[in-house]
Amino acid sequence: MSVPLPYYLGLSAVLFAIGVIGVLSRRNVIVVFMSIELMLNSVNLTLVAYSAFLGDITGQALVFFVMAVAAAEAAVGLAIVIALYRNKQTVNVDDINILKW
Amino acid sequence: MTTIALAPLAVLLPLIGFLVNGLAGRYLKKEWLIGTLGSAAVGAGFVFGCILFNELLALPADDRAHVITIFPWIAAGGLQSAVAYQVDPLSVTMLLVVTGVGFLIHVYSIGYMHGDPGYWRFFSYLNLFVFAMLNLILADNFLLMFRGGEGVGLCSYLLIGFWYDRDFEKGTTADAAKKAFIVNRIGDFGFLIGMFLIFMTFGSLQFQSVFGQAGKFDIGTPVMVAITLSLFLGATGKSAQIPLFVWLPDAMAGPTPVSALIHAATMVTAGVYMVARCSLLFALAPISLQVVGIIGAGTALFAATIGLVQNDIKKILAYSTISQLGYMFLALGVGAFSAGIFHVVTHAFFKALLFLGAGAVIHALHDEQNIRKMGALKGPMPVTYWTFLAGALAISGIFPLSGFFSKDEILWQAFAGEHWILWAMGLTGAALTAFYMSRLVTLTFEGDARWASGTHPHDAPGTMAVTLILLAILSVLGGIFGVPASLGGGNAIGHWLEPVFRPALDRLPHAGAENHTLEYVLMAMSVGVALAGIFIARNWYLKRKDVPETLSNRLRWAYTTLLNKYYVDEIYDAAVVKPVVTGSEKLLWRVVDVHVIDWSVNAIARFTAAVGRTFRLVQTGVIQSYALIFVVGVVAILAWILAH
Repeated sequence: MSVPLPYYLGLSAVLFAIGVIGVLSRRNVIVVFMSIELMLNSVNLTLVAYSAFLGDITGQALVFFVMAVAAAEAAVGLAIVIALYRNKQTVNVDDINILKW
Repeated sequence: MTTIALAPLAVLLPLIGFLVNGLAGRYLKKEWLIGTLGSAAVGAGFVFGCILFNELLALPADDRAHVITIFPWIAAGGLQSAVAYQVDPLSVTMLLVVTGVGFLIHVYSIGYMHGDPGYWRFFSYLNLFVFAMLNLILADNFLLMFRGGEGVGLCSYLLIGFWYDRDFEKGTTADAAKKAFIVNRIGDFGFLIGMFLIFMTFGSLQFQSVFGQAGKFDIGTPVMVAITLSLFLGATGKSAQIPLFVWLPDAMAGPTPVSALIHAATMVTAGVYMVARCSLLFALAPISLQVVGIIGAGTALFAATIGLVQNDIKKILAYSTISQLGYMFLALGVGAFSAGIFHVVTHAFFKALLFLGAGAVIHALHDEQNIRKMGALKGPMPVTYWTFLAGALAISGIFPLSGFFSKDEILWQAFAGEHWILWAMGLTGAALTAFYMSRLVTLTFEGDARWASGTHPHDAPGTMAVTLILLAILSVLGGIFGVPASLGGGNAIGHWLEPVFRPALDRLPHAGAENHTLEYVLMAMSVGVALAGIFIARNWYLKRKDVPETLSNRLRWAYTTLLNKYYVDEIYDAAVVKPVVTGSEKLLWRVVDVHVIDWSVNAIARFTAAVGRTFRLVQTGVIQSYALIFVVGVVAILAWILAH
């Protein structure tokens, strides 16, 4: 007997919460960025779990889309981080607050 | 039938001419090329007109009205309006006049505008004007006619202000152009109201549909009176009648060929044409017809008296134009529609001739327009003198020149229709016309030379002289189209136009049986007063030069009143222009605009800014705080969904 569905969902929820907390509390952009990846992957986990549980392949297919988009997002995000660092010599989000009134 | 379908080409060619000269004229450089292009576009229109005329003549009289639809223009609910041209005897007559006289004036302009830096601009405007005018006269519905009217108004504006950097009277030519445009706008307002009423009443703006339905209305229906009076207001604007005539004398600020083409031969007859086109509507509203007649006769007399004392050669001709237009409306008012159109035709010949002759004189004397500084030009300018004389005799109504037949037909119809007062006004006007035209000829071409001794006036060269001669021939012989039965003629133009006006004529009271003896007496009277006018003018201005002097001194107030054109400009200025300007400035600008409109707009802006100042504090720039709010929002929504 395999692992029951609620376990997957619980793990996924925990991972997601960790990701949210990381995004909200960490000050290093790279870490914030990794936390976002964590959130994405927790969602992937949910999708795969449901896919297996329901016997529907759609969930797995969607995961590939998510991963593809996440890869693209990672490329763009890292590029932004590098550009940011070149301009401000910092990756601390508290110091990057020019988008305001 | 097939060639009739080609009628739109006559309209299209001037448009092409306008586009070519307007877009490429700057680069064409060669004056003869620009001029030939412009003239050819109009001349081809004349050829088409002749073909159409022939085609229509071959058809039976009742089968001469054709509509050629080009494309649907506006289709909005009940309003269906197409760009469609109506070919019938009336529109073809106008087509021939506009393109024929227009062509000659184009040719004249080739010489007259020589050396002008805006040469190509001039010809493109002229072609645009002809295009708009042809739209006006060939239109088969009120909307297209209106658009044509707007077009000629625009071209008139552009051409009056053609020399926009020159001074004119108290202002610049641009002021004169603006005046013409604005006064015409008032008339257009009336025309618009008329169109609205027509659409409300008949549900259509198409001539055939409107006139077809109008036939079922009783004579004197109030709505007909309202429609026709509104339309007539439009006509007074375009055709410079009381009370909207004030723009035409100022229109003389433009180059002389413009005065000849637009402000004498063609555009100003638009109002006459429009009333003639709507003759059925006017016949159904006898009151309006009476108004038309009274305004016409009044204007004829009024403008003629002003013309008596003016000293600017173009001003005299301008007032004479207003006066002659008055005759045309007088004719329409007494139900002599074809006589009115006949006068349009002959007037186009001799007034174009007179203006072009005046242009030659002005040219020869280096832009001198004051007839007191002319005189004795007969010797150095024989061609101009003889052609001008022919035009002057024609407009004075001397037998057997063209003006005699058309003017006499109008007076005879007025008399036969028992409009005694209108007839008397017309006859007096005819005497005055003969007087001031003769005064003009005498002071300009005869007597002593009063121009500076350094100038060497000479006849206009080449194209200009040829046009003068051609127009002079037309002015002399133009009457053959309408020789009345009493003089052994067939009144060809009357019969030609008769199918167009028959529905209207059927609804008008018929004049009594023809009375040739009476007609002869009246003819003799009008020629008599004309000869008297000429004789008196020649006597006063050649031999007894003291008489005008003493007369003007003894009747000082009358003289100054006439010299100042009855102070109409001043009255309008005080009664309309000043209040509008002052009211606009003191009330509309300084109170309404500044304290109401601007204030409320500024208040809205200030309010928006204040709100923005407060709420923008939310934007901290720290991404994580946005993300926090986002998460809180998501959690709240999830909680709400789970709770329900």
